[in-house]
Amino acid sequence: MTELPILSLVTFLPLVGAAIILLLIRGDSEIAARNARSTALWTTIATFVISLFIWANFDNGTAEFQFVEKAEWFPALGISYHMGVDGISMFFVMLSTLLTPLCILSAWEAIQKHVREYMVAFLVLETLMVGMFCALDMVLFYIFFEGVLIPMFLIIGIWGGPRRVYSAFKFFLYTLFGSVLMLLAMFTMYFQAGTTDIPTLLTYGFPAGMQTWLWLAFFASFAVKVPMWPVHTWLPDAHVEAPTAGSVILAGVLLKMGGYGFLRFSIPMLPLATVEFVPLVYTLSIVAIVYTSLVALAQDDMKKLIAYSSVAHMGYVTLGSFTLTAHGIEGAIYQMLSHGVVSAALFLIVGVVYDRIHSREIAVYGGLAEKMPGYAVTFMVFMLASVGLPGTGGFVGEFMVLLGAFQADTIVAALAASGLILGATYMLYLYRRVIFGALTKENLKSITDMSTREWLVFAPLILITIWMGVYPSSFLDPMHVTVDNLIDQFNAAVAAAGNPAVATR
Amino acid sequence: MTTAEFPNLIPALPEVFIACIAMALLVLGVFQKGKGAAKTATFLTVLTMALALLLLSAFSFEKVTTFSGMFINDTFGAFTKALVLLGSMLTLIMSYGYLKRVKAAKFEYPILVLLATLGMMMMISANNLLSLYVGLELQSLSLYVLAAFQRDDLKSSEAGLKYFVLGALASGMLLYGSSMIYGFTGTTSFAGLAEVFHNSHGHISTGVVVGIVFMLAGLAFKISAVPFHMWTPDVYEGAPTPVTAFFAVAPKIAAVALIIRVMTGPFGELIGQWQQVIVFISVASMVLGAFAAIVQKNIKRLMAYSSIGHIGYALIGIAVGNEAGVQAVLVYMAIYLFMNVGTFACILCMSRGGRMVEGIEDLAGLGKTNPGMAFVMAMFMFSMAGIPPLAGFFGKMYIFLAAIQAEFYTLAVIGVVSSVVGAFYYIRIIKIMYFDDAVDAFDRPIGRELTAILVATSIVILFFFVFPAPIVDGASAAAASLFTGG
Repeated sequence: MTELPILSLVTFLPLVGAAIILLLIRGDSEIAARNARSTALWTTIATFVISLFIWANFDNGTAEFQFVEKAEWFPALGISYHMGVDGISMFFVMLSTLLTPLCILSAWEAIQKHVREYMVAFLVLETLMVGMFCALDMVLFYIFFEGVLIPMFLIIGIWGGPRRVYSAFKFFLYTLFGSVLMLLAMFTMYFQAGTTDIPTLLTYGFPAGMQTWLWLAFFASFAVKVPMWPVHTWLPDAHVEAPTAGSVILAGVLLKMGGYGFLRFSIPMLPLATVEFVPLVYTLSIVAIVYTSLVALAQDDMKKLIAYSSVAHMGYVTLGSFTLTAHGIEGAIYQMLSHGVVSAALFLIVGVVYDRIHSREIAVYGGLAEKMPGYAVTFMVFMLASVGLPGTGGFVGEFMVLLGAFQADTIVAALAASGLILGATYMLYLYRRVIFGALTKENLKSITDMSTREWLVFAPLILITIWMGVYPSSFLDPMHVTVDNLIDQFNAAVAAAGNPAVATR
Repeated sequence: MTTAEFPNLIPALPEVFIACIAMALLVLGVFQKGKGAAKTATFLTVLTMALALLLLSAFSFEKVTTFSGMFINDTFGAFTKALVLLGSMLTLIMSYGYLKRVKAAKFEYPILVLLATLGMMMMISANNLLSLYVGLELQSLSLYVLAAFQRDDLKSSEAGLKYFVLGALASGMLLYGSSMIYGFTGTTSFAGLAEVFHNSHGHISTGVVVGIVFMLAGLAFKISAVPFHMWTPDVYEGAPTPVTAFFAVAPKIAAVALIIRVMTGPFGELIGQWQQVIVFISVASMVLGAFAAIVQKNIKRLMAYSSIGHIGYALIGIAVGNEAGVQAVLVYMAIYLFMNVGTFACILCMSRGGRMVEGIEDLAGLGKTNPGMAFVMAMFMFSMAGIPPLAGFFGKMYIFLAAIQAEFYTLAVIGVVSSVVGAFYYIRIIKIMYFDDAVDAFDRPIGRELTAILVATSIVILFFFVFPAPIVDGASAAAASLFTGG
């Protein structure tokens, strides 16, 4: 089984589906649209099933990269096609392959124009996302990282809401600006270290003076992507205007690219600069957690509220990563995974009523529990998971991040913990306004509960959320060795440079 | 005067071949009157270029000089000449349908393109300030006529005149610079100049520096680099569209190759003197190209500013002035060729009811009315913006790699930031095509030759990342031949 180039297969299978849709399905007829939908769905399901083999065959006992594939690409420059996963990246691959079929399923009826192109865009997007998490060569990583802009720009711009053009441009230019600086940093690293190979660079010690600049360039890219306050403003716009499935991918996977970048590049490759900038990241994370939670409280648009809550939740991720403790980093990864599932589900939840009423205004709804009991229960599960109720995936991540933060800095941890209360406030407030109360509005009286297709979308997500909350070991075990190794190397690098070790196991 | 030895024609065989055929075609055109002449001439010219391409690759690329050292052929020359020939060939194929439609299909057109191409090949192979000037003028004079080719059209005539007046001024500056250099060094041969500068150990007179600056000004005009770019938008807009496509590609590549040969060859030792000039015009071109394009409403003017910006990036590689830099420029120009030819093929498809339209807004809703064309156009725009995995990204990648290697950090940062600004107007075109409501569809079907070119160029742009070797290795061998004498 391991002989098979499984990572390439998972990465490029969606592209095969896209090619089939582009070349074989013609016309704009209803039949063509249906064929495009089924092709996309079956391709992504197949991809997910194959990706399960990665998890099944993953060796928890090693920090080495697994399922490695390597081939020459630009031999003169030493750039190669190098793929592999470790305990950090493996679950992000799974997350991407899990969410894409659900996105396609959720867009089954919502998307009626350019169905063919929509499916192609999502399949290309899946290839780029998976490829990005598997890439073990900086240039390869960058190509996937940046390539994501193309399908996402089109998804927001073509199938988005009224202000889609503004949002699409903002999304594109913000992220592009961050990434080009990162590209220059990558080139600088290449000439310093003589390679673009990520595993080699992980153990290469860059000179301290250089690290600061490199770190800032990487930070420009990842901070925009995460997004961290104050460069988060593209996110609410993009989320509000994107179609439901676009928001799901945006919140579920694209935001994680930034968090993953910190863990893959900034922290292990530039440890000295990381130590130097920890206070900056702490400050920005705390501001993100507290400030955006307050902003979320004041929203009247459901998607915008969830978008701001995403910024707050990602604040925990950056905080946890830069506590530089095993708990903090594992918590950050866990938080990204659970947020990937939960926020994706929340956007789908909004999509369900949006498809029926075509409004995202909170004030339009009220008392939905009466007509949509199934919906109310589903919403409740994810609302509570977002709040971080024990027994859901959200709890484990936030708890571990706070645990790590307490080890690193008590005051920071205390401030971050206050975000939990604010988080509960805006989510419960949202839930009360949409679900509870009397059903007085005329157009809501004939609203129907979730269809079988919608249940099919939510069932796996509910299952995973509870699973992540009740038995986190199945997700944490594969991470342990990799994260421990990361911290050991980090400490060694810092100690070698003569600084007192700030990181603790 | 002693009888000179008959020169060895073998290294210049493609040029000699083209020159003979061009004259033969002129005669043929005069005798074959009537409608068929233009078609025959176009066909034969394309064939000639294809054969010249074959001839180019038929010989070994050893560095040889001939015509008493006036003419040089090496891998660098072969690679850039191949690009020039390819560019001329593709744009010529695109032009026939257009010219027939506007009733300007005359047999002189392909011959002028052929002569311009010959001039470019001479420029690339110039090994002496004199042969440089002769090649440049052969090219320029043909281009002036081409710009005004649609002579009943006011704009086209204006473009031709404007190009001629400013171009003549630039040629004058170049000639003045050459004469200064000759005056202060006593030689016009590149090898001789290199020797003089080598022996001077850095002690060179101001006159030479002034000469170099004048030469650079003249050459900067030819590649439309800021601050000598003013003619570009007007000429691009006024000239017939296929001529614009030709302007945007072949002469740019030839002039860039010429700058590389002159600056790294005879003036290679004086890099300290000219580097700052190139850095300045590079920064100015990138920034102006990015900002000025934002407000354009005419797609040809937009492409003019876009090409100014692209030249700015290419100049980064020249400013670096080493082998990696030259390789980067060559890769960049090769990719630039395919992107531009493809984009202009799209622009040539923009006609409604038999009339050409050139407004950017005319593209509105192309994603609905002609998805295939919108798709390739969007791809070219993303590629020009430098978004991976399309070819344009790799062009920029090589340029910035060279800049970072030479520790031109500020230049690289200015470059990437202006590329973000530039991305704005490229994606604006995509926005207009895909996000805006449809206006009337363009005429269909588009010509077979245009379809073929669109398919071919988009395959190159889309799949460059799978097989980068042909362009990258070619460019690397070409760059090496300049620096190692191979």
